[in-house]
Amino acid sequence: MINAQGLTRSFRSADGAEIQAVRGIDVHVAEGELVAFLGPNGAGKSTTLRMLTTLLPPTSGSATVAGFDIAREPGEVRRRIGYVGQGDGAGHMQRVRDELVTQGRCYGIGSAESNRRADELLEQLQLTDQANQKVMTLSGGQKRRLDVALGLVHRPCLLFLDEPSTGLDPQNRANLWSHILRLREETGMTIFLTTHYLDEADAMAERVLVMDRGEVIADDTAGGLKAELSARSGVDHVTLDDVFLDLTGRSLRDSFMPSVPELAAV
Amino acid sequence: MSTVTSVPTGSDRVAAASSAAHAGTPRPTGVVHDTLTVALRELRPLIREPFTLVFGMMQPLFFLALFGPLLVRTSGLDGAATLQWFVPGIIVMSVLFGTSTTGANLLQDITTGAHERMLVTPLRRSSLVIGRALEEIVPVLGQAVIIVAVSVPFGFEPHVASLLGLVLLAAFGVGLGALSYALAMAAGDNPYVFWMVQQTVLFPLMLLSGMLLPLDDAPGWLAVLSDLNPLTYLVEAERALFAGDVSTSALWGTIASVAMAGLGLTVAVRGVNKEA
Repeated sequence: MINAQGLTRSFRSADGAEIQAVRGIDVHVAEGELVAFLGPNGAGKSTTLRMLTTLLPPTSGSATVAGFDIAREPGEVRRRIGYVGQGDGAGHMQRVRDELVTQGRCYGIGSAESNRRADELLEQLQLTDQANQKVMTLSGGQKRRLDVALGLVHRPCLLFLDEPSTGLDPQNRANLWSHILRLREETGMTIFLTTHYLDEADAMAERVLVMDRGEVIADDTAGGLKAELSARSGVDHVTLDDVFLDLTGRSLRDSFMPSVPELAAV
Repeated sequence: MSTVTSVPTGSDRVAAASSAAHAGTPRPTGVVHDTLTVALRELRPLIREPFTLVFGMMQPLFFLALFGPLLVRTSGLDGAATLQWFVPGIIVMSVLFGTSTTGANLLQDITTGAHERMLVTPLRRSSLVIGRALEEIVPVLGQAVIIVAVSVPFGFEPHVASLLGLVLLAAFGVGLGALSYALAMAAGDNPYVFWMVQQTVLFPLMLLSGMLLPLDDAPGWLAVLSDLNPLTYLVEAERALFAGDVSTSALWGTIASVAMAGLGLTVAVRGVNKEA
């Protein structure tokens, strides 16, 4: 479903230095897999996601996503993938149901079908009562469920989720995941997600990729990673958090890379 | 640096085939469909809450009611003749104010992430620009009709050639709207940059176009600046067309409008393609 080889993205910082945000990574995700993509802030996760979703052209390297080349056939890729970004995907001035219907129209789905699909998703994601509200009046959990609904309108075979649960309380996190896992069960779609909640990755992902400083430094099941650390350290009970800190160290990373808007493309 | 591309592998094609059956619904769309989808999305909040639309449409009427009488006093002409000169200028002003804020809606969508979401859909990049610019044109043309309707009882006489004037307004407005869109993209996460540039450009354009006061007695340097202002040609063309004079002014206005539409769309489409 995802096959990336040597994917690289460079930016130029304000002082003219070239920064490689993503350094020639290979990513392979099979159909139907749920893969968690982990790493400290600034590791290059979002840049990778933006390349795989055709938002950002790679500096070098190549990738096929849902069977099509991201650089040569971005339109074909876009038709087949769903993307839930870090921000609110729905316009704040729009009404909830309107935004879902428009999303269907964006994918060339007919008007009647777009309306039917909007109602279906409103029900599936517990938003029927908010259908005619303005997006700006929704709670954080409701907004996030709407974002997921927007990503699913066209029944994508592959769904990208960029920190879907960040900022939600435990109830809303659990609720969101139960929806996502149920929809995955029903549709068999492939999911590629980033998260900072490692317990989520541990519980749900079939495979974990860890990225740091622009490189993929681990690629295994959560169980495999924990067993390896456990064997190496002699500690019986290790969590995915322990694995993460062992792999990426304890120093803070927010200063490693300026945020992308401050950088000009090379 | 070069971008290396590779042919999709066999297993990818299989995945694509099975996912196509799975997805089923998305299909290629035309540029008109894409543009209308974007324009209708932008118009929908206005349709849902017509109050804000009506309120916004009132604003140019203040210029008519509160500035017009002063013009009559100073022009030495009667009310009807003054309106004949002033109304086309006010209509152009509403286009200027209406379309130059096109980017403001986009700014909000950039800040929240809605713009990014739409960039991942198969919508054409050019439709994202044209659709938003068109959305600003609809209320502005409605505004023009209201301004004319309010002015007629006071002696304003719109000639049938005014319809051509509305076409020029729309073309010029789409160009301005597209430039505003490009400005919002360039500003990105710094909304204040957008507003600073928009305000800084807006007022010289307005004052130098001669829409509020005639520039006949302007000092030489001011007249030169006015001649360099594309809006000047639109204002003069609108005055000519509303009076039924389809001549040189109308031609210059047409050239200015077409050039503005071409420039705006080129810059904005190039910007949105570069961004993604």
